Amino acid sequence: MIETRSLVAVIVNEHAKTTSYRPAGSYLTAKSLPLSHPYGLPMSESAETPPITLYRLQACPFCERVVRKLTDYGLAYQSRFVEPMHSDRNAVKRVSGARTVPAIVDENTGVTMSESGNIVEYLDKTYGGED
Amino acid sequence: MDLGFDIVDLPATDHPTEGDDAPDFTRPLVSDEYWEDVSLSSLADEDPVLLVFYPMDGAFPATYIWNELRDRDFEATYEVTVAGLSISTPYEHTTFIEERGIDTALFSDPQNGVAADYDVVNDLDGMASVAEPRPAVFLVDTDLTVLYSWVADEWPAFPPYDAVEEALAANCEMKPLES
Repeated sequence: MIETRSLVAVIVNEHAKTTSYRPAGSYLTAKSLPLSHPYGLPMSESAETPPITLYRLQACPFCERVVRKLTDYGLAYQSRFVEPMHSDRNAVKRVSGARTVPAIVDENTGVTMSESGNIVEYLDKTYGGED
Repeated sequence: MDLGFDIVDLPATDHPTEGDDAPDFTRPLVSDEYWEDVSLSSLADEDPVLLVFYPMDGAFPATYIWNELRDRDFEATYEVTVAGLSISTPYEHTTFIEERGIDTALFSDPQNGVAADYDVVNDLDGMASVAEPRPAVFLVDTDLTVLYSWVADEWPAFPPYDAVEEALAANCEMKPLES
């Protein structure tokens, strides 16, 4: 569940011990905003929601890695911040099948994907203009 | 409230009232599962919004206000989206939503800029450099026209829930009954 391929694995191992990726102990089952709800920040003056949604955890290095790539390619995206408690991330699980972040949903291509390594590779292939 | 003694009067303000344009804003909107930047105008895209300014999460008026709004469950009766706003952080909102058992999304505005735009700032005595919104309720139409407003003119104060409900009945479609 925890990514280990990153150069910052040490950071994340610490991260896992302290705040995140705790074992499930769900105490929260209330209703939620439907995933298709119309809320969305207009990135420009247009009222359109960006086609890319990034599920992220504040200060998660893997998430920042993806942010950096999205920024490099000038891609508009909507951030959805989830809770540090792994068990509280049902919204992510409904979208991607797993509770890990980062996860992205790209409506341009219909792709939903977890794990920053996969996501970065996908963004390079799709938006990087390289083979 | 009739307590037999005077509480703090708040000065008159120039807040928007019926027929005025509600200032649009974008802030993190917190649900029980995540938060994301949302504008008032996008929230009001389909139905009017009942925007409830309330004291910071954890203050007893916040608890009372949301217990009452939870129990009245306006969204079950009217085609309206209820949204709260306080200066509390998204993390505090997440806890508050769970503790109060509400499914209302709450805007997080720690710098109190929205309250300033609406001219409903309440400078808190004894908390240096901390200000929050006065308790206030705005019913905002899909084009952001204010349909109803109530702003506290004393402190503490609580929304006039029956008057709010009358405003909803006068301005919002009824929801079809669920079978």
